Amino acid sequence: MINVQPVITGIKIMIDMFSLQFMQNAFWAGMMLSFVLAVVSFFVVLRRLSFIGVGVAHSAFGGVALGALLGISPTLTAIGFAVVVSNAIGYIGKKGHLGTDTAIGIFFPLAMAMGVIFIGMSDQYNVDLFGYLFGNILAITRQDLIITAVLGGLVLLSTVLFFKELLFVAYDREVAFVSGMPVAFLDHFFLTILALSVVISMKIIGIILVSALLVIPGAAASQITRRYNSMIAVSILIALISTSGGLIISYYADLPSGATIVTLASLIFFAAFAIGQKRK
Amino acid sequence: MKNKAIDTKNDTEPIVALNDVWVAYDGKWILKSIYFNCYPGEIFGIVGPNGGGKTTLLNVILGLVNPQKGSVQLFGRQPDKQSRLELGYLPQISHADQSFPVTVLDVVLMGLYSRIGLFHRPDRNSKKIAMDLLSQINMADHAKRPFAVLSGGQQQRVNIARAMASKPKLLVLDEPSTGIDSVAQEDFYELLAKFRNEQGISVIMVSHDIGVITSHADRVACLNVELHYHDEPDSCFSPDITKKVFGKDLKVIVHDDKCATCYHRHQDHD
Repeated sequence: MINVQPVITGIKIMIDMFSLQFMQNAFWAGMMLSFVLAVVSFFVVLRRLSFIGVGVAHSAFGGVALGALLGISPTLTAIGFAVVVSNAIGYIGKKGHLGTDTAIGIFFPLAMAMGVIFIGMSDQYNVDLFGYLFGNILAITRQDLIITAVLGGLVLLSTVLFFKELLFVAYDREVAFVSGMPVAFLDHFFLTILALSVVISMKIIGIILVSALLVIPGAAASQITRRYNSMIAVSILIALISTSGGLIISYYADLPSGATIVTLASLIFFAAFAIGQKRK
Repeated sequence: MKNKAIDTKNDTEPIVALNDVWVAYDGKWILKSIYFNCYPGEIFGIVGPNGGGKTTLLNVILGLVNPQKGSVQLFGRQPDKQSRLELGYLPQISHADQSFPVTVLDVVLMGLYSRIGLFHRPDRNSKKIAMDLLSQINMADHAKRPFAVLSGGQQQRVNIARAMASKPKLLVLDEPSTGIDSVAQEDFYELLAKFRNEQGISVIMVSHDIGVITSHADRVACLNVELHYHDEPDSCFSPDITKKVFGKDLKVIVHDDKCATCYHRHQDHD
């Protein structure tokens, strides 16, 4: 006879988990973010901009600290900070003939330094900065869900609208420019949606860890697919498995959610890498 | 010899006209006083050593580099967005990410994107145009294959189909023979001549390989910061021009295998 006890236990844990409002919120947020981060990571990997995710994510910290200092929504100030820094990295990297990596090397510590200064100036300690850095699913409110849905929807919709142009520029920007694509606009458009994706991921995954999900889904999918549409589909699937699996494991094993999600995503990447190597 | 007189040999309007163009990077002149005209239906070859300014000259024509001095005219007017739509560009083969997840058909369709316009996906008609082009280059059977698995010669043919997709008046080619074997090169230049003969497009190509350029161009110029013209591509360049452009040690410039080896050896010693 089959032992059904573990299945029953599993279902009980799931029911238990979803009876908690904060876990429901975390799950909804996680599902929405999976689509957004997977699609953005597809372009991050193809444009070879993996490090920019790290830079933009950390710049959001400066924004969160500014929000805490001014006593306004840290999400709003983080959006402003991340969008400005992201576009400044693109602009200065290009105009200063520095390359994106050097521009990131300047703005990443600058935004962090400003964050530390803002914290130093602030006498408010009611904002959970550690939660923003590493993610805190307990902090996800209904308002956060609405912000995630609106901004995430905006990112996805605009990406669909500009998809073929973004694809062409990622593939061959010179030929794209010569054939009349608005390359400079598309560059800044992409940096902006990257910044928005980072901000809506702060609470669940955390500023420090979100850059992993801006890279891993696309990178893992690239190991096992050769066509862009299947690469996007696999990327979304990997992000969904990572966030939902990570949330369940973190609840069950009482682990930090963001770190668990990122660890699971990394394990999936290594599996995809192994499969890709075996196929060669 | 800087040949400005050559501009008057053709009564038709040039489709590309560069008039006393100067370009500098970091205070050093890369292009000096370039006078250059290309006429409809002409295959114009530009040869010169690496670092001689060939790619910069192409970038000026493509609008990727603005000259410090001089004027550029495309299709009889100042270059604008519309004139870019009438250009087809084929960069060096190593240029794009070779593992990019696109099919052969996707690559050709990209050539149609600017015509399809923002917010629209390629429709059945665009796909038919792309498939027709793939048939013309004998690659229709490969349409659904990943671009990355093709040979260098096949990739180059697909790239020219992409460049032709928007029905350009002018094709600009940067080192078109690099990375493809000699048989594939012959196929490629046959294809180029076919597009020229059937559709009357003009071609400007640059290469460091004198043999290839002289065998396939109607007119040839040598570029090493300055541009030197040579009227008959199949005869030898005058010794003083080759010396100016390639240095004093270049001995053979007739197109054969030995010539290429000799030339490359010379380049390696530089």
